[in-house]
Amino acid sequence: MNLNLTLLGQAISFAIFVWFCMKYVWPPVIAALEERSKKIADGLEAANRASRDLELAQEQASQILRESKENAAEIIEQANKRANQMVDEAKEQVIADGKRLREAAQAEIEQDVMRAKEALRAQVSVLAFAGAEKILGATIDEKAHSEIVEQLAKEL
Amino acid sequence: MGIESPTASSYIKHHLQNLTYGQHPDGTWGLAHDAKEAADMGFWAIHVDTMAISIALGFLFLWLFRKAAKKISADTPSGLQNFVELMVEFVDGSVKETFHGKSKVIAPLALTIFVWVFLMNFMDLIPVDFLPATAQWIGVTLFGADPHHVYFKFVPTTDINATLGMSLSVFVLIVFYSIKVKGISGFVGELTLQPFGKWMIPFNLLLEGVGLLAKPVSLALRLFGNLYAGELIFILIAILPWGVQWALSVPWAIFHILIIVLQAFIFMMLTIVYLSMAHENH
Repeated sequence: MNLNLTLLGQAISFAIFVWFCMKYVWPPVIAALEERSKKIADGLEAANRASRDLELAQEQASQILRESKENAAEIIEQANKRANQMVDEAKEQVIADGKRLREAAQAEIEQDVMRAKEALRAQVSVLAFAGAEKILGATIDEKAHSEIVEQLAKEL
Repeated sequence: MGIESPTASSYIKHHLQNLTYGQHPDGTWGLAHDAKEAADMGFWAIHVDTMAISIALGFLFLWLFRKAAKKISADTPSGLQNFVELMVEFVDGSVKETFHGKSKVIAPLALTIFVWVFLMNFMDLIPVDFLPATAQWIGVTLFGADPHHVYFKFVPTTDINATLGMSLSVFVLIVFYSIKVKGISGFVGELTLQPFGKWMIPFNLLLEGVGLLAKPVSLALRLFGNLYAGELIFILIAILPWGVQWALSVPWAIFHILIIVLQAFIFMMLTIVYLSMAHENH
């Protein structure tokens, strides 16, 4: 239990240990700890920034999607309108064509009828003459009676 | 027990005596052969066992921490680095909580105190006869010494010189920082002008002086007393018949794990508190 030189020896070794610790142990460890906490803080900040960017990008994407949807709807509408128009035009065309064809056919038929009538008329007079000759047993003067026969044929 | 079955009282005394080197009253230098010779050497003697163990433990501490500090990286830590970081962060947290000034010394100082005192306290958990018996064997076989004259007290913190050496160093720092922060006049004023004003200077000085001196003394005695008592109980348990020793020494050792950490922590914490008080103006 004696107080002696050990006291000073302990104080000196204590001072040396503290000095060594202060010089060579504490700074690198604390520097590493600070660097790590900085790294972690940076990482967290980067994550925050990334999530913000992501949000922004999603918003942009949804806006672009919305715009393109609107565009597409517009285009489809226009196309529909154009298609309807084309169908209408085609219908009109077809109706007009049909009408024209029918008219042409009608005209031709009428012409044919006329032509047939003409031919019949000419035939009738000949037949009438032939019939009359048979009935009368004699030749009839074609010139004298042709007027009557033509009149008859006209009445047919 | 000791080598030649000494009596209980001589066994205890033997364990509580440091291996002392110094000058004998007749002028020759050498190791003290008993407690009386050691006491007669006066102040100019040194406890070889305390110094050797404490310095070895100090080197162990610095070697371990330096090893980790050299290859420390901010990436994923592992093994020793984890442990060192844990200690450093713990001490750094304690310092930052209590001490609000700026000082490069206090945190490493606190770390050194905590780990070094812990290691010295930890010696207490080594069974009481291992190291003394080893020392005795070495003394007898290598130096031909009388086994009764080979002392070895291997827990440095049960030596008042070790604890007082540290607490006086802390005391020097307290005075140094008080003067550095407040100036000499501020420090003297703090000692003399409060708490009762300038008409009571002698009384104030007495009061504050006692308060100031009580810091290192209480710091040293607290650590010393706890560890000395703990060691003494281990020694007392060691006197019992060997068959029942474990029934007492095991619980006491387990309880002591708490005490050695707690005392190291208290020494560190009080050092921080005292130094932060030295930095503040009242």
